Amino acid sequence: MTTAVNQAMVEKYKGNFLKEVTDNVEEGNWVKMCMQCGVCSGSCPLGPHWDHPPQELFMMIRANKRDEVLSSTSMWMCTSCYNCVARCPRGLPITHIMHGLAHYGKRMGMKPKNQPTEKFGQMFWDNLIKKGRVNELKLGLGLYFKDGFAEGVKVSMSKQKLGLNMMKAKRMSPMEMLGGHGVSDLSGFHAMLKKAEELEAARVGTNTDAK
Amino acid sequence: MAKHEYSYYPGCSSQKGASSSNLEKSVVTLCEELDIKLNPIPDWNCCGASIGYAGGGELPRMTLSARNLALSEKHHPDQDVVATCAACWLNTREVQERLNHNPTLKAETNIALQSVKLEYKGNKKVRHMVEVLIEDIGYDVLGSKVKKPLEGLKIAGYVGCQTNRPFGIAGESFENPMYLDKMVETLGAEALTKYDKKVACCSGALMFSEPEKGQALVKDIIESAYDSGANMIVTPCPLCQANVEIYQDDINARYKTNFDMPVMYYSQLMDVAFGRSALDAALNGNIIQSKKLREIADK
Repeated sequence: MTTAVNQAMVEKYKGNFLKEVTDNVEEGNWVKMCMQCGVCSGSCPLGPHWDHPPQELFMMIRANKRDEVLSSTSMWMCTSCYNCVARCPRGLPITHIMHGLAHYGKRMGMKPKNQPTEKFGQMFWDNLIKKGRVNELKLGLGLYFKDGFAEGVKVSMSKQKLGLNMMKAKRMSPMEMLGGHGVSDLSGFHAMLKKAEELEAARVGTNTDAK
Repeated sequence: MAKHEYSYYPGCSSQKGASSSNLEKSVVTLCEELDIKLNPIPDWNCCGASIGYAGGGELPRMTLSARNLALSEKHHPDQDVVATCAACWLNTREVQERLNHNPTLKAETNIALQSVKLEYKGNKKVRHMVEVLIEDIGYDVLGSKVKKPLEGLKIAGYVGCQTNRPFGIAGESFENPMYLDKMVETLGAEALTKYDKKVACCSGALMFSEPEKGQALVKDIIESAYDSGANMIVTPCPLCQANVEIYQDDINARYKTNFDMPVMYYSQLMDVAFGRSALDAALNGNIIQSKKLREIADK
């Protein structure tokens, strides 16, 4: 389901998707610099699993393939290895642009259905926001149960040995179920993030880049 | 007073009962040996790691690291920020760079930080523990501390991604950084410099969401270590360590392999070489033990 802000963006940019990306996507102002050499695509550890590797996404943005780009599973294949960033001859921060495109597509209500990294990434964010620090035990269990209870029990059983190994090594603690680690100024922490979210939402459609 | 003092950002996985608590313990031991004092940033929070972008926009994510930096500026004004976790280090350093190059983002971050009565200035040096060892301590001093050379260990130095790109260690290349090999040799072990998966990706957080794709990458990382004649992999990165060590049973089942390759932290090797016990080096924190390293520690 696309969002109201999505409709507003479609109307605002009227078929100029490159401008929309430049103005709204994290580091999106770099997209116009791509010279289509393909080093990024060839350097990606999960390259074969992308429907459209970065170089192709950049060309699709210029070609106004808005729906195809924003609903693609491709960006969600990024492992954040920074190989593309280190090798890009034009110096594009490709990793950030991929994260930005994935996040923007989601904000527009166009995220791909049942994309595991999208689901896990959201769980990770919710988990860290709750207490200010990640609760690894709850995150792991949440991941096992992401496809429902029956599937969760099955996955948990298959991971039993791994869990025991980790507990034996004191690298996983059942105590984390009861509260666990967190920041002490939790109300301030939450107010800070709320403010940041408000500020970001208020300037959708404007380019923050100083240049 | 300790000879070297830093504002320390431990990160979520270093906490008690978390997945790299063994890295934390071995680093504490190492710092005792080298007269380093790590002052934890008071009330630090998570950096958002690599996949925070699924839920967090650019500004909320920047604000996470900005809060940590502002806390460090306030409480430890004269100390460099030091992180042991690759993602913590990368995010903190990257956020500082991006905020300092974008006045709009910096101004907005500071508005958000008013909620916690903090101000971000952006004048910190953000460093990895490895940089402290190489630049502030130096290979010569590290070498002079060795009481038990790690003879018989043949080590594939697995640097991974985020300790290496996009920042890396000064003077090292992205494609073939040599510092981990140099550290290994300083400790009296054999560095397998031809190991060809040195800077390959372990799949990072996608190991959780895309286990088949992740395990395929890790299989190559371990296989290549065996092919180079290694009896151990060593890494500076907590997520590399976990991804390469803990799924070896799954990988063996999937690929009919017989992997049983210990994956240690550089800090654990140093602790043992400097004469500290297996307990101090947090060797119990590893699921796959290196018999050779333990023998040296117990000697």
